[in-house]
Amino acid sequence: MRSFTYERAASVEAAVASAADIPGARFIAGGTNLLDLMKLDIERPAHLIDVSRLPLAGIEDRDGGLRIGAAVTNSHLAADPRVRARYPVLAQAIVSGGSPQLRNKASVAGNLLQRTRCPYFYDTAKPCNKREVGSGCSALEGLNRSAAIFGASSACIATHASDMAVALVALDARVETLDVTGQARSLALSEFHRLPGQTPQVETELMPGELITAVTVPPPPAGPQAYRKVRDRASFAGGLASVALAGGQLALGMVALKPWRATRAETALAAGASPAEAMAQELSAASTYAGNEFKIALVGRLAAAVIGESRGRGA
Amino acid sequence: MLSTITVNGEVRSLDLDPRTTLLDVLRETLKLTGAKKACDHGQCGACTVLVNGLRINACLTLAVMHDGDSVTTIEGIGTPENLHPVQRAFLTEDAFQCGYCTPGQICSTLGMLSEVEAGWPSQETADLTAKLVLTDAELRERMSGNLCRCSAYPQIIAAIRSAAEAMA
Repeated sequence: MRSFTYERAASVEAAVASAADIPGARFIAGGTNLLDLMKLDIERPAHLIDVSRLPLAGIEDRDGGLRIGAAVTNSHLAADPRVRARYPVLAQAIVSGGSPQLRNKASVAGNLLQRTRCPYFYDTAKPCNKREVGSGCSALEGLNRSAAIFGASSACIATHASDMAVALVALDARVETLDVTGQARSLALSEFHRLPGQTPQVETELMPGELITAVTVPPPPAGPQAYRKVRDRASFAGGLASVALAGGQLALGMVALKPWRATRAETALAAGASPAEAMAQELSAASTYAGNEFKIALVGRLAAAVIGESRGRGA
Repeated sequence: MLSTITVNGEVRSLDLDPRTTLLDVLRETLKLTGAKKACDHGQCGACTVLVNGLRINACLTLAVMHDGDSVTTIEGIGTPENLHPVQRAFLTEDAFQCGYCTPGQICSTLGMLSEVEAGWPSQETADLTAKLVLTDAELRERMSGNLCRCSAYPQIIAAIRSAAEAMA
């Protein structure tokens, strides 16, 4: 691992001020993704600002929903009685990601900011536009079984790996931040991650030094909730595709460089289309590569099954 | 950077390079070599220790981030003369061959049983609001962060089950 300096932030304000002052500074909370990538020499921060002990680890009732502190661990969020009772899709999504040891450390904000699991992002011997701007995308003609089917570009066809974020997007979550000038703002999680375009190295709408302070979810929509993930192993494996359903709100995971809100399918379902018809409409916008053509059938059947079974269960 | 970490009940004052992982401090500085470095990327669980009672991968956390924390390793769980019930169960049930993953398996078991006690769900938990039933499927899922390349999994589950019953 390369050398870096370290500080424990005394306050949220001090953390963003420090991020503004020190070039190459990064925030660290759980560190499960950042330290992994630092060991691989993919992340090279000059300075780490430890935000894990700031008062950002509470879950509060807010406007009929929840305000989840950025440093809440994945485990604590999934175990919260309010989440289990009212947002089961969120609890299910979280416990399908990583291992218990990782979830005990990983934070909510860090989960949103985790980097892609594309094999070429991890392989420093190969070109990757995310890792080295302008070097090219090795996945286009290479191993692309896990590649995106929505919103990809000639510069990057990677996917976002989070399970939790898929459920949060289905639940209309928002992200609260504090920028380097001390200004707070809130943005929809569905607008938080960027599609690659020609700048896949820019992954979110966060400005340099801007800190996520919380994630908020409104009251849950009426109707059943479910999360289902398909992967190569039964446990502790990244997904090939996932589906989060919350009432009439539907999101798909591991199909794009962001958690994908399936608005076409939602509209079709609201107009009375069958689950399979609705998914066919959503997937009419999809495109595939040599290795991931199966995702069209997989995602269509997976989502239709989840919607169909939830109707069978009733609200 | 100066940090104070309580390890197995003993207060340790350490002057740390910020890059040092908790695992490297335990193994290289404090010579507590029970926790193992295998993958060093949070994939295998051989480095599992308890921090403030919670199981984590010691390889994926910086020691400087644990100033003031209380860490328990396999060395703090039992002694050859006075084995912890989980250690005894691993012997009785023949729950290992090479033993390399065993310290992590045992620390993970202790953390897992606390999580079960607290009612934390797993992906095998069908009803998120009902009282948890510790089926074999639940145990396997909850231990999925600990790999055993000798594949002693059936015996590990048997050991955990018998230890959990002995401790109940």
